[in-house]
Amino acid sequence: MIWDALTLQLGYNATLVTLGATLLGMAAGVGGTFLFLRKRALVSDAISHATLPGVALAFMVMVALGGDGRNLIGLLLGAALSAAAGLLLVSWLSNRTRLAEDAAIGSVLSVFFGLGIVLLTVIQTMSAGRQAGLEDFLLGSTAGMLRNDALIIAVAAALTLALVLLLRRPLTLASFDPEYGTAIGQNVPRTDLAMMGLVLAVTVVGLKIVGLILIVALLIIPPVTARFWSERTDHVVLISGALGGIAAYVGAALSAAQPNLPTGPIIVLVGFALFALSLLLAPGRGALSALLRHRRYQRRVHLRQGLLALAHGQPIYEQLTLRLLRAEGYALPDGVATKAGRGRAAKALRDETRWQLIRRDPAYEAAAQQYDGLTPIETVLTADQIREIDSRIDMRGGVMA
Amino acid sequence: MNGSEFVPLSLVPMLTGIFVAVACALPGNFLVLRRQALIGDAISHVVLPGIVVAFLLTGVVSTWPMLLGAAGAALVAVLAIEGVLRLGKIESGAAMGVVFTAMFAGGVLLLEQSDTSNVHLDVEHALYGNLESLIWLDATGWGSLFDPEALATLPVELPRMAVTLLFVALFTAIFWRPLKISTFDEGFARTIGMKTGPLGLGLVIVAAIAAVAAFDAVGSIIVIAMFICPPAAARMMTNRLEYQIAWSVLFATLAAVLGYVLAGYGPLWIGMRDSVSAAGMIATVSGVILGFSALMGPHRQRGAAAPAA
Repeated sequence: MIWDALTLQLGYNATLVTLGATLLGMAAGVGGTFLFLRKRALVSDAISHATLPGVALAFMVMVALGGDGRNLIGLLLGAALSAAAGLLLVSWLSNRTRLAEDAAIGSVLSVFFGLGIVLLTVIQTMSAGRQAGLEDFLLGSTAGMLRNDALIIAVAAALTLALVLLLRRPLTLASFDPEYGTAIGQNVPRTDLAMMGLVLAVTVVGLKIVGLILIVALLIIPPVTARFWSERTDHVVLISGALGGIAAYVGAALSAAQPNLPTGPIIVLVGFALFALSLLLAPGRGALSALLRHRRYQRRVHLRQGLLALAHGQPIYEQLTLRLLRAEGYALPDGVATKAGRGRAAKALRDETRWQLIRRDPAYEAAAQQYDGLTPIETVLTADQIREIDSRIDMRGGVMA
Repeated sequence: MNGSEFVPLSLVPMLTGIFVAVACALPGNFLVLRRQALIGDAISHVVLPGIVVAFLLTGVVSTWPMLLGAAGAALVAVLAIEGVLRLGKIESGAAMGVVFTAMFAGGVLLLEQSDTSNVHLDVEHALYGNLESLIWLDATGWGSLFDPEALATLPVELPRMAVTLLFVALFTAIFWRPLKISTFDEGFARTIGMKTGPLGLGLVIVAAIAAVAAFDAVGSIIVIAMFICPPAAARMMTNRLEYQIAWSVLFATLAAVLGYVLAGYGPLWIGMRDSVSAAGMIATVSGVILGFSALMGPHRQRGAAAPAA
């Protein structure tokens, strides 16, 4: 069953929804990256919660006009309008009053959502409202979706993705280096507006699939995940789009295959699983690689200190140092240096002495700055320079202890 | 309206609403000033998996396991956000977004997967609670307030919120000076030897306690609104923290009372038969108050010189 869903064999509607979700996930991943780079990830939370009163009002208006009330295009239009109003209010509150952006986001989010709840309870008391199913917009639901609705979502998601890809370059520039963008004549405020428009489009299209409470996850989690894998903006954008697509595809397919698996939460959890994997395993920024890096560094420090202690003939009590020296064959279990160990220790001490010397000599200032007690001096100085230093050491009567 | 109708039906929800609003607005003042306003949002999302797990473990919907579960989830969320921040080196908003959406999604999934058909536990309830259902059945009028037998059947949410409010108020009063100094000038606070780290964490914990206690009575939407809207509106009214707190308490109370009355009786005035969600209406009213103060408050603009008082 799950395999059928993943290979798109669950019938026309399910396939359409899954494809639509995938396109939407990609659009959200790409669009969310710009939001993330501009450090405005949570603005999308205000936008998505602000859709609720619009959905409810659209339903009431359509019923009042004698229509069905459940027309998806009408509902999404209402959602877009009230989300835009919420977005304007957020920027008005944070630009024109003393409130910081986070307080503006939080107040718009909670007030619009509260108003939406009030309107939902009004609709529940309307005779047409009993089966309105508007609660589906809270958490998303693709089960039993009408063919027309599935088609609308798939097409809208494809359009959103096309729009994101079209606007990719100016958005990258504006989010990565707004000053440079302004300098070369780009209208950065307008680009910001376009970015918010994209976020709004993703939110509205995603309402029916992911639901308004969790759509923000689709905009935040993929970019944060992608950030673990690359330091380059253009790569982060692509990786994030791919991750968003994968999460939405797998999530939508799983939810279509199994009863009781609500679409929105599943998509979010698949995305979070990808995030957790990246957090642990990504090269460079991942936790595992950071741990390994730390261990490697620790070993080098201990080994170096151990060798210096051997050279000075000092006893070593520290267990890790002893173990490392023994593993490298530099010391016997009782802490006495082997022949190889004595050689390495002498070299370490000589290096350290050379370092001490050049750190006192202004002529070697640039090289001396690389001193960290670990770097072999050959990687910093040329053979000639080392010879010159050695001659000075010899002049002063050999190794300083 | 007479006492025999008001006391059993409206007194308890109204008082609970006021207590919740004030208990959230008090720490909210500091959160808004510290630019941590969205912590309330994050906490109220992660509470859901906490209460669902508590329900799955105990099999009953009862107060203490749920409070413990919610508090545990809030703690897990704080730790997870901190972990993501440290490991991922990303901005705190994004870290919060990752953690609270994932935990909320997990909570919804657990809820849908488990059999909760015979208990009152669903996502809608978690979002907008059920303030209207806090009916004091045994009350007959104002006299019941002094009748121990009737008081024994008082909905448990009311005394619980009263205790929470008392705790929050005590915290604010006891740590007033350090809170104030570290909120406005953290560097200075550290220079004179204050432990700003534990203090900030304490503030978040107190906010979480208020949110968790309020949560099952009124749902998360009031909690988020009350953390932010009354303090934000109060901030437009004054430059002094003391007055800001007073204004925010006033605004919170006003929102709770007006919201409850409008939700319960407003629809009847305009000819509809049923009342609407009190939680939603309280949040809406708090937004209207914020709107007015943002348009007309004497200190609404950033950095502008204070107008002649």
